[in-house]
Amino acid sequence: MRAFEYASPTTKEQAVSLLGNSWDEAEVLAGGTDLLSLMKDGCVAPKRLVNIKEIRELRGISAGGGGLRIGALATIQELLDNRAVSRAYPAITQAAEGITSPQIRSLGTIGGELCQRPRCWYYRAGYGLLATDEQGEPLVPSGDNRYHAILGNAGPAYFVHASSLAPALIALGAKVRLFGPDGVREMWLDQFFTTPLTADDRETALKPNEIVTEIIVPTALGVKSATYEVRQREALDWPLATASVALSMSGDRVRVARIVMGHVAPRPWRAAEAEQVLAEKAVTEEVAQKAGELALNGANSLSRNGYKIQLARVAVKRAILMAARGGRG
Amino acid sequence: MQRDEKMKEKGSGLSRRTFLKVSGISLSVPVVLGHRTIKVAGAEVEVYGPGKVPIALTVNGAKHTAEVEPRVTLLEALRHELDLTGAKRVCDRATCGACTVIMDGKPVYSCSVLALEAQGKQITTAEGLLRGDRLHPVQQAFIDNDAQQCGFCTPGFVVACKVFLDKNPNPTPEEIQKGLGGNLCRCGTYVGVRAAVAQAANQYPNRKGGGNQSTSKGGR
Repeated sequence: MRAFEYASPTTKEQAVSLLGNSWDEAEVLAGGTDLLSLMKDGCVAPKRLVNIKEIRELRGISAGGGGLRIGALATIQELLDNRAVSRAYPAITQAAEGITSPQIRSLGTIGGELCQRPRCWYYRAGYGLLATDEQGEPLVPSGDNRYHAILGNAGPAYFVHASSLAPALIALGAKVRLFGPDGVREMWLDQFFTTPLTADDRETALKPNEIVTEIIVPTALGVKSATYEVRQREALDWPLATASVALSMSGDRVRVARIVMGHVAPRPWRAAEAEQVLAEKAVTEEVAQKAGELALNGANSLSRNGYKIQLARVAVKRAILMAARGGRG
Repeated sequence: MQRDEKMKEKGSGLSRRTFLKVSGISLSVPVVLGHRTIKVAGAEVEVYGPGKVPIALTVNGAKHTAEVEPRVTLLEALRHELDLTGAKRVCDRATCGACTVIMDGKPVYSCSVLALEAQGKQITTAEGLLRGDRLHPVQQAFIDNDAQQCGFCTPGFVVACKVFLDKNPNPTPEEIQKGLGGNLCRCGTYVGVRAAVAQAANQYPNRKGGGNQSTSKGGR
């Protein structure tokens, strides 16, 4: 890890002033479970770390009539332990349960979970975000791509986005608030995620001198939600494919459905066709099956990850059925 | 700041050329420079490093001081500065659990916490579970259930099990399995570890009779 200087501001204004205009100037330190590993592997080498954990207003989770506010510094464990969240937003709790290490849940924050960098082993081994050789040729399509993208993978990005909470939050219609030198910016969480076109880009709309301050989730009144994960093992690991589903119900019929898949594309992946097939229908096994197939309609496997297409289909189908049962497995 | 940058290399292969260049102008500059204060957003904020800065850590109830660069992790400070080698460095990437310690009642990977950040927190390592010569019930249960083989993951596992039982004194087998999801054992002693946790739970001080305490106390 390269040497750096360290500051621990107590307000978001101070934090933003301590950040720089480029990513090599400064990085934001929250839980640290991803950032410090990235720094040890030389994937990022900031000259300064700005620890935001002393900024009190970024903490806490509050649920009220208007929905849910999750401070960027709320930990995964706090989210998991929050009864109001598990009652009204099972998709969020189930996604948080998939972060299986108690140690990561204690340190890891919501803001950090959304801003974590890809787990792509080429990236982590120093081949750059887009995993290229010295001539700039991509290594993933002909390499070991068993955990790489099956959607949105026409290049140059082939990695999958590592966030497990983002699909659930997007399905529930969440917004994210950012703070920078020009004040507050708010956007749909769906629009926060971007697919990098160059190795210097990031996977979010966050600028080097901005911080995530909070996530706002609208009320879940009349909404049934669930997250289903397909994973290799129960212990600490990222899932192979996940689906988060939110169904706005009118009686026993679906009014509007939102389906978002995780770990299948360089960004959380919305399945619009599958959403439409659920509209104005009662949820049955057949409809859920159909939605799973439609969700993966545009999928393209690389040389070694064809199996993920079927896993994602099943994840979508089971998440829909779970949501219809009120989030129960 | 350029001066700090160079001074940081002292003791870890400071080149002769750099030494000559620096020593000519900074013989009187101490190696530990502490911090500087800069004004941002109308407030004074302290910026530490990149050279060594003095820190104070509270580990197993005792206060320790050391001088470390900001890039030194809590794990490195424990092992190299305080000679507490219970927490092990294995993956050093927040994935194996061998470096697990308790920080303010919560299990954390000490490889992923900076030593600077750990100041002012109560830190407990495997060494801190002993009461004089007496083993903690979890430690005794590891011996009784043959819950280790090579032993490298054991201190991290023991600490993770202790903090798990603090929160779940009456765990079901499924909760034990899930509660230890942050630690790996390459020898595969999981059956023994789970049996050890079940045994220790029976002797646990805050165990309540009957009922399943699966819900956490939350927000500690």
